[in-house]
Amino acid sequence: MTATVTAAPLMAAASTDMAGGEAVMFCTVAPIMVLAALGLLFARKAVHAALGMALVMVLLGIVYLAQDAPFLGAVQVFVYTGAVMMLFLFVLMLIGVESGDSLVETIRGQRVLGIGFSLGLAVLLVGVLWQVPFGAPAGTEAANENGNVTALAEQIFGTYVWAFEVTGALLITAVLGAMVLTHRERSERRPAQAELARLRIRTGPVKAPLPAPGVFARHNAVDTPALLPDGTPCDESVSRVLVARGQTQEAEVYVRGTARICSELSSPLDGPPGPGDRGGTGEDGEDGGAATGKEGEPQ
Amino acid sequence: MTALPTTLAAAGPGAVSAAASGAVQERAWLLVALPLAGAAVLLLGGRRLNRWGHWLAVAMSWSAFVWGVMLFASLHGQAPDDRSRTLHLFTWVPAGNFQLDAGLLLDPLSVAFVLMVTFVASLIHVYSVAYMEHDPDRRRFFAYMNLFVASMLLLVLADSYALLYVGWEGVGLASYLLIGFWNHNPDYAAAAKKAFVANRVGDLGLTVAIMIMFATFGGVTYTQVLSGVDGASEGTLTAIGLLLLLGACGKSAQFPLQSWLGDAMAGPTPVSALIHAATMVTAGVYLVVRSGPIYEAAGTAQLLVVIVGAVTLVFGAVVGCAKDDIKKALAASTMSQIGYMMLAAGLGPVGYVFAIFHLLAHGFFKAGMFLGAGSVMHGMDGCVDMRGFGRLGGVMKVTWLTFAAGWLAILGVPPFSGFFSKDKIIETAFATGDGARPWLVGSVALVGAGITAFYMSRLFFMTFHGGQRWARDSHPHESGLLMTVPMVVLALGSVGLGGALAFDDTFLNWLEPATGVAHEEDPVIAAAAVQGLTLALVAAGVALAWARYWRAEVPVTAPAGNPLTVAARKDLYQDQVNEVLLMQSGQYLTRSLVFVDNRGVDGVVRGTAAAIGGLAGRLRRWQTGFVRSYATSMTAGVIAVVLGVVAVRI
Amino acid sequence: MLSAVLFSIGAATVLLRRNAIIVFMGVELMLNSANLAFVTFGRMAGDIDGQVIALFVMLVAAAEVVVGLAVITAVFRTRRSASVDDANLLKY
Repeated sequence: MTATVTAAPLMAAASTDMAGGEAVMFCTVAPIMVLAALGLLFARKAVHAALGMALVMVLLGIVYLAQDAPFLGAVQVFVYTGAVMMLFLFVLMLIGVESGDSLVETIRGQRVLGIGFSLGLAVLLVGVLWQVPFGAPAGTEAANENGNVTALAEQIFGTYVWAFEVTGALLITAVLGAMVLTHRERSERRPAQAELARLRIRTGPVKAPLPAPGVFARHNAVDTPALLPDGTPCDESVSRVLVARGQTQEAEVYVRGTARICSELSSPLDGPPGPGDRGGTGEDGEDGGAATGKEGEPQ
Repeated sequence: MTALPTTLAAAGPGAVSAAASGAVQERAWLLVALPLAGAAVLLLGGRRLNRWGHWLAVAMSWSAFVWGVMLFASLHGQAPDDRSRTLHLFTWVPAGNFQLDAGLLLDPLSVAFVLMVTFVASLIHVYSVAYMEHDPDRRRFFAYMNLFVASMLLLVLADSYALLYVGWEGVGLASYLLIGFWNHNPDYAAAAKKAFVANRVGDLGLTVAIMIMFATFGGVTYTQVLSGVDGASEGTLTAIGLLLLLGACGKSAQFPLQSWLGDAMAGPTPVSALIHAATMVTAGVYLVVRSGPIYEAAGTAQLLVVIVGAVTLVFGAVVGCAKDDIKKALAASTMSQIGYMMLAAGLGPVGYVFAIFHLLAHGFFKAGMFLGAGSVMHGMDGCVDMRGFGRLGGVMKVTWLTFAAGWLAILGVPPFSGFFSKDKIIETAFATGDGARPWLVGSVALVGAGITAFYMSRLFFMTFHGGQRWARDSHPHESGLLMTVPMVVLALGSVGLGGALAFDDTFLNWLEPATGVAHEEDPVIAAAAVQGLTLALVAAGVALAWARYWRAEVPVTAPAGNPLTVAARKDLYQDQVNEVLLMQSGQYLTRSLVFVDNRGVDGVVRGTAAAIGGLAGRLRRWQTGFVRSYATSMTAGVIAVVLGVVAVRI
Repeated sequence: MLSAVLFSIGAATVLLRRNAIIVFMGVELMLNSANLAFVTFGRMAGDIDGQVIALFVMLVAAAEVVVGLAVITAVFRTRRSASVDDANLLKY
């Protein structure tokens, strides 16, 4: 594994210039980081990739802390893991979690070239860095005399104040840009509720308000479709996500049960057969009774 | 046989002349200015001058003649050594190292030319008034004629080669304009172009000669050049001589630039008479004679002049024997006679005199014959084919008589003028050079005289004698006074001029200061024998022509003839030769250059464009639109850069 | 060294994955690896400049994430596809 390969010379370097504890920490953290990065690379589902990424960020924060950059490490966790990764996940949700990549590569030779180049790059960079004779780290204790934050602040508002201001402007611009890019101009006026209701009555198939969840339910499960008055399962009563995931249940059990009860109830009666002969009369009758009952009250 | 110009530096050619003196001499520029003004007025005046414009031209021409006579008188009144005068006109080219002033040289040679040119030109102007009576463009014709006279006078009066060149070009222009006068006919326009182009080839020689003169002598006036001859190398002088000869060949229709003269007969007959018989074609001879010292110092060039003259005289004679067009036959005759003049001019100072003598005489009798031909054409409604003439002598008496005078003159029958000039040339030919040269040149000249007699008699008999072969509806009649009087005057000149000039060596003495002293040597055959042989050959030629064209029936359609006749009818294939040698190679060169341009130059450009286009097409495929491909390329780039940096550092 | 490895893994993600979000995460990974390198070298040199730069990088990366995700969202809305390969209209 690349992790161990890279870790070995690092250990050699670490032993000369890092304190023991730091070395241990590093040797633990680094492989995990690499594995997480590889997870990002190879994950099938986007959310898994995002999780791998978040792990890398957190571990990086830890490494920063170990490198005498406490402020930076904290900022890394807050900003990157907290804000940026959350942003990533939100956008993933917006775009669609189910959109995973197929393994078939569409661009000819891309896979070969991609792997080749990145491996080459890795080898090259590692090889170059190997040659560099690292001395003992000077450490930033001297620079952190007054505290890391103070030292950083001195630099930011001292030497690099211009860059800081420009970066601030950049952030504002970025926000504006995001707003502009995702702005959707409504080509027509947003219909008000009254309009929406009128539209629904005129064109829609259902004249009555859609039933609240559970109205037609004969059970408490969210993954089983409710039954319509005529006994057919109502597909709209189950979450689309569950349907897509294939985690719904069949309503047959309840259909048969209900039919048996209705047939038992309706057999002593000799009333005319209602619509839906499967025992829907019972349902009709009950519902009709309930309905008339309701309607009777205001009279 | 060479003259010794150095001993006569004071009065020989190239000597520094005194300034013009006297009212007449100082206004010698009028000779050029008057006809030029006439031309300008007639060209710019427009149609309202149509009624009397031609008389203005005639007046200008005659006034130039009058002034010429006065000039002659004034020069004649001066001592023989003192007859060379320069008249400074204005500073022309003040350009640092090259200072050129425009001026006129008034000396015996130029004045002789002036007299001949103005006299003959004025007569022809009068003739043209009647000849061009029915032409609506008569005014333009006279404007061009005046322009010609002005240019010709400038040519002979110039005091430098550069100013001569101006006149040279002017006569070339006038010739072009006049040959193509009826330019609505494409054949005539083409003939004008042909004349101009052939002239241009010759002019190239003259231009380069002037350039070499400037390089060698530092100037181009006659004085600078001709007096500096001693100091120049023979090679340079030979080059100059050859180039001047080229120019003369172009202007005088000598071999190898003779092809334009026959076609130049497309112009109106007065034009042929004036320009292509008497004056312009003699400009080449003038040039050679004026540049005498150069030729005397460069023997090769001089020999070439003789050879050119000899070849041309035979060429013209042969061609003339087969031509049925009266004007073309006369043109061939002109070519041949100028060959005589060139031949004489190549024989040294003594030859110069006789060349100019023959030139003057030729001017009269040839112009007279051309005017006679014009009269015949006028009477026969523009027909030029001699096979349609015959027995016109009875109908057009004056024309017949004047033409006869010219005929006898060109034959060289004593006491007509041709005898005095042509015979002397033949004698001098027999007298110049050593070894076989006098025999060769002399024999050629002699035989040429015989052939001349034959074809000129043929022309005369076919036109005026023999059986009547007129077309059914032609009414030949004598021409009016305006046409006949000039012919009569010219005939008188043909008869008497020769005797007058040869009497007591008058002309020889007159011309000597300009051309250098002529040492006459004895011909290898006795002079009397030469004369006798000449007359015998002439008689034989006349007799042959009489037998074939007077006594015998002349067929109305031209018979097939032997190969030589066929060749002669086609001008000895001169056009074909020109075409193959020059035109086709020129066209080939042009075509190959166009090919190189199209394929090569354009090909390079188009090829570059195509290559870039192809390259772009290939590179275009890089833009797949896939972000990841771009990312791949970027990664590759990053790796390359890092490698580069590492390599440099290591 | 670790940062080099992380960087190349991030590059691989960009090159090989098709989901836009995951590609973007790869970019983030690359940025973070650079941060790590900065901090480490800063520590080596005894300077706090490494941390300062890393802080700025973090700032800029945050801004970039905002804009990038907004772009992805906008693209997704019009195309209903989150694959980077589908946005290939700029080809020849």
